[in-house]
Amino acid sequence: MITPTHYMMLSTALFAIGVIGVITRRNIIVIFMSIELMLNAVNINLIAFSYQLQDGIGQVFAIFVIAVAAAEAAVGLGIILAFYRNKETINIDEMNVMRW
Amino acid sequence: MAQSIAFYVLSTFILGFAVLVVTTRNTVHAVLFLVLNFLAVAALYVLLTAQFLAVIQVLVYAGGIVVLYLFVVMLVNLKRPPEDHMAPQRHNWIGFGLSALVLVELGAIIGYGAVAPAGPVGAQTSDLALNNVERVGMLLYTDYLIPFEVASMLLLVAMVGAIILAKREL
Amino acid sequence: MIDTYLIPLVKILFVLNATLIGVTYMVLLERKVIAWVQVRLGPMRVGPYGILQPIADAVKLILKEDITPTRADKWVFTAAPIIVMVPALITFAVIPFGPVVNLFGRQVPLYITDVNVGLLYIVSVASIGVYGIILGGWASNSKFPLLASLRASAQLISYEVAVTMTLVSMIMTAGTLSMVKIVESQYDQHLWFIFVQPVAFVLFFIGGLAETNRAPFDMAEAEQELTGGFHTEYSGMRFALFFLAEYANMIVVSSVATTLFLGGWLAPFPNVGWLSFLGYVPSWMWFLLKTFAFLYVFLWVRATLPRYRYDQLMRLGWKVLIPIAIANVVVTGIVKVLF
Repeated sequence: MITPTHYMMLSTALFAIGVIGVITRRNIIVIFMSIELMLNAVNINLIAFSYQLQDGIGQVFAIFVIAVAAAEAAVGLGIILAFYRNKETINIDEMNVMRW
Repeated sequence: MAQSIAFYVLSTFILGFAVLVVTTRNTVHAVLFLVLNFLAVAALYVLLTAQFLAVIQVLVYAGGIVVLYLFVVMLVNLKRPPEDHMAPQRHNWIGFGLSALVLVELGAIIGYGAVAPAGPVGAQTSDLALNNVERVGMLLYTDYLIPFEVASMLLLVAMVGAIILAKREL
Repeated sequence: MIDTYLIPLVKILFVLNATLIGVTYMVLLERKVIAWVQVRLGPMRVGPYGILQPIADAVKLILKEDITPTRADKWVFTAAPIIVMVPALITFAVIPFGPVVNLFGRQVPLYITDVNVGLLYIVSVASIGVYGIILGGWASNSKFPLLASLRASAQLISYEVAVTMTLVSMIMTAGTLSMVKIVESQYDQHLWFIFVQPVAFVLFFIGGLAETNRAPFDMAEAEQELTGGFHTEYSGMRFALFFLAEYANMIVVSSVATTLFLGGWLAPFPNVGWLSFLGYVPSWMWFLLKTFAFLYVFLWVRATLPRYRYDQLMRLGWKVLIPIAIANVVVTGIVKVLF
């Protein structure tokens, strides 16, 4: 029998994979994709509880999460392109101009 | 029973593809695994009778956002893989701390679930499952109208920002 | 048991095979129609009037050597034709070929399934097909296919926005997303939606031409500029899959247009008394006739119009079609509120 606990564990595991990706990878595009994985983990939780409580609000909120993810992808990828044009790299360790 | 099998198969796909996204060296392959991961998540939404969300997931995530990633991966034509360069002084302590925190949370969920298991989930034939689009649409355009408009403003601002960032000269 | 498993399985197999046969014969039809437009005969050698030409083509393509370029990304190169073909085929799951009919004493619906997000399902599945085109060009590791695939995917994404905005006004008119209920709502309103939404019909038709990479928008395979397009490096059956997917997408667009605008399986003017003799023609026959008429217009347009230039095409998509589609949504909303 599948309970909300199962969905929470799935979503936590997915979130953890996303966190590991953000922390361990140097390629900023992969880091962005890991953030998308984390947002998806959040959405799974929202919809699992929407199903459990038979309440549509969780699904409404998931739509907002998707909208924010779209905005984040557009602006983030714009920044990556602008940075690549100046420095010819997408390694986050080399993005250290503002560092003291 | 069928629901349990579907859940475990889809979870395996979701987690497996997520691991591949994070570990694959070739960025284009990583993007492809991300698409497969999103499609599996959409199937999970169908299992949870959120058909509208499943379709939006495929349309916006798999069909829109990830295409954008693929374009950027191709435009950023790398001469050397970014993983070659690694700053030796880079500190990972915050990362270890965060990972430990996530693990603690996972353990807490398992522990709590074992102590007080939640009831079985809702029915397939409920009103929310059958009239999914109508229910979500009504909520979106009545109770959550202002957040909805704010989200549209956010998208507009993001669009203008992305164009200004990506353009060479204005 | 029979109702839940056997009948859907038979329907899926039937629709899949009928689609594939229809797709192969679309190739013959296209060659014939273009030949007639240019006062030629078209293929005549294989079988009477060239009727067996598709079989000869299939045999030739299967027997051809299947080449993978050495510098190509093997997995992605193999996956790309499949990624193009599968979305085109699974769209047929929600297309209604007819109403629920009595077949051998059983109530059998003439569609595989009716989901409450049918139209959005078609749009979202179609948006997956663009991956096959991008990856096919990228995995070839060759510059012309890569340029062609970037062009093709930019075109697909731009026109997808216009088509989706057009479909929004259709959803507002019909008041539902289910494909079956859209047809039923046309029956209830005593009108095909082409008369209610003529602007949307024109937009959908132009967008459909661009979405399926058909002339005058067949930028993806401009032979003169790009030596063939994103499938230049493909040969044999893999090339054929790209080719067949294009025709399958044409059938999908025609079926969706028939369902949305031409009343699906309904006979013309089903509520006019003296035209009721048209009801003797079976419903699926009407559906096929309307779809065929649409496909014929596709071929006719190809034989008639020259190709657009790429910048003209993007300008048309972003500066003409999308604003008109948005205006159409606004006008539809105002009319719905006022009347």
